[in-house]
Amino acid sequence: MNLEDLASRCGEWLRGSGPESDIVISSRIRLARNLADFPFIRKCTEADRGKIVDSLRGRLESADYFKDLSYVDVESLADVDRQFLVERQLISRELAEGGGPRGVAIDPNEKFSLMLNEEDHLRVQVMTSGLDLDSVWQQIDRIDDLVEEQVTYAFHESLGYLTACPTNVGTGMRVSVMLHLPALVITRQIEKVFRSLQKISLAVRGVYGEGSQPMGDFYQISNQITLGRTEKDLIEQVAEVVPVMIDYERRAREFLVKESEKDLHDRVSRAYGILCTAQTISSEETMMLLSSVRMGVNLGLIQDVAIPTINQLFIHTQPAHLQKLRGIELDTADRNAERATYLQRHLRRGDNDSSEKN
Amino acid sequence: MKCQQCEKPATFHITELVGDAPQELHLCEDHARHYLHQADELEAPAPTLAGMLAQQLKLSQTAQELARLDKQACPVCGITFYDFRQEGRLGCPHDYVSFEEELQPLIVNIHGENSHVGKRPKRVAHGTDKRTELIRLRRELEEAVGRENYERASELRDQIQNYEIDE
Repeated sequence: MNLEDLASRCGEWLRGSGPESDIVISSRIRLARNLADFPFIRKCTEADRGKIVDSLRGRLESADYFKDLSYVDVESLADVDRQFLVERQLISRELAEGGGPRGVAIDPNEKFSLMLNEEDHLRVQVMTSGLDLDSVWQQIDRIDDLVEEQVTYAFHESLGYLTACPTNVGTGMRVSVMLHLPALVITRQIEKVFRSLQKISLAVRGVYGEGSQPMGDFYQISNQITLGRTEKDLIEQVAEVVPVMIDYERRAREFLVKESEKDLHDRVSRAYGILCTAQTISSEETMMLLSSVRMGVNLGLIQDVAIPTINQLFIHTQPAHLQKLRGIELDTADRNAERATYLQRHLRRGDNDSSEKN
Repeated sequence: MKCQQCEKPATFHITELVGDAPQELHLCEDHARHYLHQADELEAPAPTLAGMLAQQLKLSQTAQELARLDKQACPVCGITFYDFRQEGRLGCPHDYVSFEEELQPLIVNIHGENSHVGKRPKRVAHGTDKRTELIRLRRELEEAVGRENYERASELRDQIQNYEIDE
């Protein structure tokens, strides 16, 4: 797989289509699985890890369903390329930063990937733009069945699928929906909403998983519990809360428009102005400003740029993407200048050419 | 609208979603900040795995019992309970059997349940602990070869082969 080709596209999770896509960014499910006849990763020798990769790769290649997948050997990848796959959500930070033989098989449409030797031997993830957990479950269930035809997963009569960490045991499933919640952040209600989610065992994380900072007001809501409920129930529990979150965010946006439309208009216009004219700009500031602009466009306060362009800028202005698109490695100062140039070029040129990029 | 707690205009309108019915609050910026900050302090952060485990062990074990427990090792992968406590990651599927007594309360603590009701693998829905024995056999084989005990190594090779054919 040529990572440069991937870089110029937008990827699945920020494609920005699907139901409720002004607020719901993407739906994702991952399953954690382990082979019954190997130790969990932390007790694996280099040789064990190598055998796990070889055995899983060999078996995946023999199944027709997986014939279009590209395998990327993460161990031998340059740092910038690992970071690039993390930014695209095709691998986790844990896989990028891990050691020894490990890799990822990627679907050409970037809808699913299979990580080998992450925290567990196999982590399958399926994602789609917008809100559609049912179709994601159908696909991941199918993929899981196909892999299971070929290997023996570690499974316990009463505990279910066995995982390296007891927090994943049972279904081994994490269901996440990523939401864009800028108005709840501005009205400072976000913390309270999250605490009430915690009370019903739902977790809230930043874009790049556990411990990551909320970036650009994007938040992932996911199930905390993996045992004692069926997959359908766990999915339902996350799915159920999403319309409530959408409703809160919409109400917060309405409130901002009603109470202080001028302030809000000023805020999003300034954000747009900085993005169009800055000469050097950090990734954090870019995310924050793009978040404001995204909301401004969704509320009709900014007309001269379309959502797909904004979505694409969210991903293309991240450090590794910027370097892949430019074709050279850049230090922080050079990246900040390159980012500003990139933003100017894409925002000032308007939307006429964004379609060809998608 | 005035702030519910002073004479300043209410610029923050907070809807409490927790509880039976939504509760509306109208506050000035200072009082809103105070209110939200207070709410922040009330809630403890989500418990971590290590924290839960420490809590559970503190309640149910004396120091000596814990010291003994820490030395307990899984016969398949060799990881001790102490190793698990330190890293929060298990060493092999058999640890769920080896440390069953200690893990059960932890699992109930995390998930509120202790039995799986979801999907089962089609081929071996009854469990795969027997296959996990291969980890031990392969380890013993390596050790036997290291000790140049070829008779034992040959026995182990046969056993391993039988397991692999079984699949």
